[in-house]
Amino acid sequence: MRHTITILVENEFGVLTRIAGLFSARGYNIETLNVAPTLDETVSRLTLVTYGDDKIIEQIKKQLNKLIPVIKTEDISHMVHLERGMLMLKMIDAGERRQALQDAGAHIIDHDEGNYFIAEFTGAPEAIDAILEQTDAEYIIEMTRTGPVGMRRGSKGFVV
Amino acid sequence: MQMTGAEIFVECLKREGVEVIFGYPGGAVLPIYDAIFQQSHFKHILVRHEQAALHAANGYARVSGKCGVSLVTSGPGATNAVTGLADSNADSIPNVCFTGQVPLAMIGTDAFQEADIVGITRSATKHNFLVKKVEDLALTIRQAFHIATTGRPGSVVVDIPKDIGFATCDFVWPEEVNMRSYQPKTSGHAGQIKKAVRAMLQAKRPMLYSGGGIMNARGSAALLKTLAHQLNAPVTNTLMGLGGIPFDDKHFVGMLGMHGTYEANMAVSHCDLLVSIGARFDDRVTGRLDAFAPDAKVIHIDVDPTSISKNVRADLPIVGDVGIVLQQILDELSHQGGVPDMEALKIWWQQIDEWREKDCLHVEQSDEGAIKPQTVIRKVHDITGGNAIVTTDVGQHQMWAAQHYGLKEPHKFLTSGGLGTMGYGLPAAVGAAMAAPDEPIVVFTGDASIQMCIQELATAYQYRQKIVVVLLNNAYMGMVRQWQEMFHESRFSHSYFDSLPDFAKLAEAYGGVGLRADTLDELDKALKTAFAAQESFVFIDIAVAKEENVFPMVPAGAALNEMVLA
Repeated sequence: MRHTITILVENEFGVLTRIAGLFSARGYNIETLNVAPTLDETVSRLTLVTYGDDKIIEQIKKQLNKLIPVIKTEDISHMVHLERGMLMLKMIDAGERRQALQDAGAHIIDHDEGNYFIAEFTGAPEAIDAILEQTDAEYIIEMTRTGPVGMRRGSKGFVV
Repeated sequence: MQMTGAEIFVECLKREGVEVIFGYPGGAVLPIYDAIFQQSHFKHILVRHEQAALHAANGYARVSGKCGVSLVTSGPGATNAVTGLADSNADSIPNVCFTGQVPLAMIGTDAFQEADIVGITRSATKHNFLVKKVEDLALTIRQAFHIATTGRPGSVVVDIPKDIGFATCDFVWPEEVNMRSYQPKTSGHAGQIKKAVRAMLQAKRPMLYSGGGIMNARGSAALLKTLAHQLNAPVTNTLMGLGGIPFDDKHFVGMLGMHGTYEANMAVSHCDLLVSIGARFDDRVTGRLDAFAPDAKVIHIDVDPTSISKNVRADLPIVGDVGIVLQQILDELSHQGGVPDMEALKIWWQQIDEWREKDCLHVEQSDEGAIKPQTVIRKVHDITGGNAIVTTDVGQHQMWAAQHYGLKEPHKFLTSGGLGTMGYGLPAAVGAAMAAPDEPIVVFTGDASIQMCIQELATAYQYRQKIVVVLLNNAYMGMVRQWQEMFHESRFSHSYFDSLPDFAKLAEAYGGVGLRADTLDELDKALKTAFAAQESFVFIDIAVAKEENVFPMVPAGAALNEMVLA
C-alpha cells in the first residue's frame, strides 16, 4: 500500500543521505522524496512516499524515528490529508494543445508562438497523472515533476 | 579559557571520565597525540591494527560498564576501524571512535590518506559526526558519548579534521546534553507492565528468553534471577546474554537457537508465554520463523522499538530499559500479590526435565583418543571455577565455549554475536585486561580466527597482560568445514590450511609463553602452567579432534524443534 510520510529533521548536512541510506540499506522503496527548510531554519521538512505492507511500513516509521536527527514523523496516509505536486511540461506549440492544458488548469509560464511553450500544473498526484495521460507524448519536448508535499486537514499542525 | 582543539579533546575525555583509550597514531591525528603525550588523565593503549583498537575498546566497555574509546588516523586508519564499528553496533556496545581527517580545506580533493569516513561508516554506526568548527568540538564529543551510551548503545564516530586540532577557541563545557531529536525511552508503560504481569501469572508454560540487554542494563541480571525464581519459570539465554543467569541455576536451561540445548529449544517451541528480555529474535535464535514458539503469547521488552515486531510479532511490546522494566515488573508482581500456577508449572518442569535427560551436550572423551575441543573448554571451566573473563573468536570454538564453559556471572562472556567477526577475541581480551587486570582472562580461539588479529600478541606483551590464549587447533576453518560436510557433500572448498605457523614459537617470538598440547596429559600440564603466575600472556596450541562437529544443531531454515542431536 502507498504511504505518505512527513518527517521533521534537524537541518544539518548529511541528513538526507541518512534517510536515503536507510531505505537502500534495508531494501525499502522510495517512490518520491521532497525536502526543504521550514520557517524555523533549524528544521527541514520531508515528504516521502513509499510502498509496503503494514509490517514494513511500521518498520520504516520506527527506523526513521531511530535516526538521530529525525525529530518526528507522521504517516498522513492514515488521516484526511492533502497532497500536491508540480508538473512542468515543455511542448511543441502546435494546434490546440496550449489551450487544452490551460482549460485543464495549467498555467503557461513561457511561450514562443509557433515554436514551444512551457506549462506548469499543480495538483494531486492523480491529477498530474491525468494531465499527462491526456497530453500527446509526441509533442512533449521535456517533462519534469516533483513528488508530492502534503499535510493533514484540520487546524492541528505538524510542527516541532 | 582559550584552548586548542587537541587540548579540548583531552579535557572533554577527562570530563567524560575516560580512563583508557585504544589507538594508533598517524598524520591527521598528530595534534591530538601531541596533547595526549602531555597529559596524565587517561592511559593510551597502543594496538597494532586499528580494527583491534575497536575490539579492545569493545572488550573494555563490556567488562567495565563504561564507554569504549578509540582514536585512529584518517584514511586507512579509519577504514581499518570499520569492522570494529559495525561489530560494536551489531552487539549494542557503547564505543566512541575518534578518527582523524585531512584538513578542512583539503576535504573532497582526494588528498593523501583522505576517506569519506562519515559516508563510509553511516550504516556501521549508531551515529557519526564531522566536526567543522573547533567551537563545535566539545558539544560534539559530549553528544557522541551521550548517543553511544544511552538508549540502545552502539558505536559513534567523531571525525576531526587535522586543523581543528590546532585551531583555538574559548572552551565551554556543555553541562547538559539535551537533543530534541533523541530522547530514548527508559521506563515501561505502566498499563503494559500490568498486563505483562497478569500474563506471567496466568501462564502454564512460561519461558524467559534474555539477551545482551541484560548486560547493557547493569545490575539487571539479579532482577532476572529474582523474576525467574518468583515465577518458577525456565530461563534461556542468547549468545549475547550468557551469564545473565548463573549456569548452575536450576532455572537455566542453556542457550537457545542454532547451537542451543535441546531443552531450551524444545521449551521455546512448547511454551505458552515467551518473555523476551533485551533480545532481538535474531535468525540464529529463531530458526524457521513460522514455526518459532507457535503456541506462545510473546511479551517483548526492549529499549529499541525497531527490534520489536521486526522478526517475531510481539503481542505485548514494552519499550524501555531492561533493568528499569524488570524492576517495574517485580514491583507490580508484589503489588498484585498473585502466585503463578503451581500445578501447571509442576507439569511444565517435569516435561523440561525429560528433555534435559537427553543430555544433549554429552561428550565422549577417551583417555587415549584425540583431545575433544569440548573437553578443553570444560577443563578451563574447572581450573578457573567458571569465574574467568572469556573472550572468543567466531566459529566452532565459539559455540563450544558458549555451550560448555558455564558462566557464573554477567559481563564475562565477550563474543562477537551479531556481526560474527573473526579476530575479535584477542583484542577484546586486551581491552578486558585494562578493565580487570587482576582477573583471569581466557581467549578461546581457532587456528583460522586467531590469525586475523594475531598481531595483538605484541600489545598484550607490551602491557604485560596475563591473557591465556587457548587455541583449539583442528587445522580447519571448523565451522565452514562443518557446513561443507553437512550441506555441500563434504567438498571442503578452501576451508583448510596447507601451512599453519608453529603457534607456540610464534607466541615466544612475541614475548609470551608458548605451549603445545597433543595429549590430555600435556593439556593438563599446560593449563596448570598457564594459570600459574606468569609475567605476560600464555598461548596454548592444542591439537584437537580434527573433524569434530558442533551439536546439537538446528540446520539453517529448520524449526527449533527439528534439531540434529549428533
